[in-house]
Amino acid sequence: MIMEEIIQQIVNGVSLGSIYALIALGYTMVYGIIKLINFAHGDIYMIGAYVGFALTTFLKLGFFPALILSMVICAILGVIIEKVAYKPIRNSTRIAALITAISVSLFLEYGMMYFFKPDTRTFPSLLPDKQIKIFNTDAVLDIKNVYIIVVTISLMLLLQYVIHRTKVGKAMRAVSLDRDAAQLMGIDINKTISNTFAIGSALAGAAGVLVGTYYNSINPLMGVVPGLKAFVAAVIGGIGIIPGAVFGGFFLGITETTISSLGGSLYKDAVAFAILILVLLLKPNGFLGKDVKEKV
Amino acid sequence: MLELKDLHVYYGGIHALKGIDIKVNEGEIVTLVGANGSGKTTTLRTISGLETLKSGNILFKGKDLKKVTASEIVKMGISHVPEGRRVFADMSVYENLEIGAFTRKDKSEIEKDIQNIYSLFPILYERKNQSASTLSGGEQQMLAIGRALLSRPELLLLDEPSMGLAPLIVKDIFDIIVDINKKGTTILLVEQNANMALQCANRAYIIKNGKIELEGKASELLNHDEVKNAYLGG
Ligand SMILES: Nc1ncnc2c1ncn2[C@@H]1O[C@H](COP(=O)(O)OP(=O)(O)OP(=O)(O)O)[C@@H](O)[C@H]1O
Ligand SMILES: [Mg+2]
Repeated sequence: MIMEEIIQQIVNGVSLGSIYALIALGYTMVYGIIKLINFAHGDIYMIGAYVGFALTTFLKLGFFPALILSMVICAILGVIIEKVAYKPIRNSTRIAALITAISVSLFLEYGMMYFFKPDTRTFPSLLPDKQIKIFNTDAVLDIKNVYIIVVTISLMLLLQYVIHRTKVGKAMRAVSLDRDAAQLMGIDINKTISNTFAIGSALAGAAGVLVGTYYNSINPLMGVVPGLKAFVAAVIGGIGIIPGAVFGGFFLGITETTISSLGGSLYKDAVAFAILILVLLLKPNGFLGKDVKEKV
Repeated sequence: MLELKDLHVYYGGIHALKGIDIKVNEGEIVTLVGANGSGKTTTLRTISGLETLKSGNILFKGKDLKKVTASEIVKMGISHVPEGRRVFADMSVYENLEIGAFTRKDKSEIEKDIQNIYSLFPILYERKNQSASTLSGGEQQMLAIGRALLSRPELLLLDEPSMGLAPLIVKDIFDIIVDINKKGTTILLVEQNANMALQCANRAYIIKNGKIELEGKASELLNHDEVKNAYLGG
């Protein structure tokens, strides 16, 4: 019985961690390239869920078409937000950028409430309600978990490919390592920043649709807490470091489900932020970050 | 090929370039020599579009670069090896070279050019899969030059390639610069090592406090009393 319980919690933890990781990737990529904590990122995830909701409810699209379209729409939204809100202040102080990001976040949240009502909506069930037994144990695996985990891992592999094998990805890495040197290679900074926002926002949009199908309920403020958690995840792994976001996401997801299963679900948010504080005190560059700043 | 006319550049309130006029003809090695803080790096960064000029003109092959972005300037045929090398630390030697060819699409030619860089700098071939941060200063300088050549520039800007290198390696680097020039690349070389720079250049400009103080044939400036006293250690 104990064994089943443990397996079950691992599955739940990995699923939750997948969502955190998908959102954290966008945080970390944007930070890597323009050193901005994009606090509106959690709201892109919320909008992704709403787009998925609209596509499946009104247009009756299936899970995968809705997922992909929602990613595309979020990518476009991310690019627009960057152009309209962040580009004009690219050379201002950090605090100005942070305040702008918070404003964009509030704008998206309350804009959604104004135009699409603050009510919680029911996301249609898109995935088969099936449970699979794990090996010969009594632990069951909800097929939805399988979808979340498989989609997330596939997107991460795709991202890895884009970043290391394509010109777009190489430009992103070059710009985040050294912006001036990247320009001297003929890399267009504006285009590269747009691409980064597009990819990061698409991943958040995917997370939104996955969560919508998993919990069947969405609302305009659903991005706030996961957004903060994903930020914590990005910092745990080392902000700006892509594998760090994945590590931080899974670490946080598994930690939270473990605490909940031990009866501490009331404290799970507190624990997440306690971890943030500990990481900032003990390993400010994150678990996968270098201890010394290598930049000269 | 390149003409700077009365360039003025400011960093906030600091007037860094106070009317620079420089001309580089096709096929030449021109050197810009000056003390710390005289404005050499600023001049090169302005040519590359990394700094914006307040007034003046930059003409490259007759075209004004004022409204051209840094990345487009590379496509036009100017490549810049920045001060302090600035190789991409977390990328491998091979990836650094590959990204030097970012503006090009001719894959098989790029691969050939990378092989040529390896024969120019055999040590880079040995280190090709190592991350650039693990290279020594001299190796990083070679990588930075190789990377810059991969865009197949017509004009190469070099910012203190001898900085921090042992005399023997400095000699190697200068030999290679002359070699690159002989193969048809025009060069604008910024140096504090005036002796070496004047020996390999055709013409030279001496910059002081953001202004050109002297200009002439490199061989003549080598024997110029003022230059000897100020930049060649008497
Ligand atoms: N980013 C900057 N912000 C403010 N002032 C700057 C900046 N970069 C350069 N300066 C100033 O502009 C002047 C010219 O600097 P520049 O770097 O062009 O000199 P340099 O001739 O390349 O010197 P060095 O030989 O030390 O490299 C200096 O007074 C310097 O302090
Ligand atoms: Mg300099």
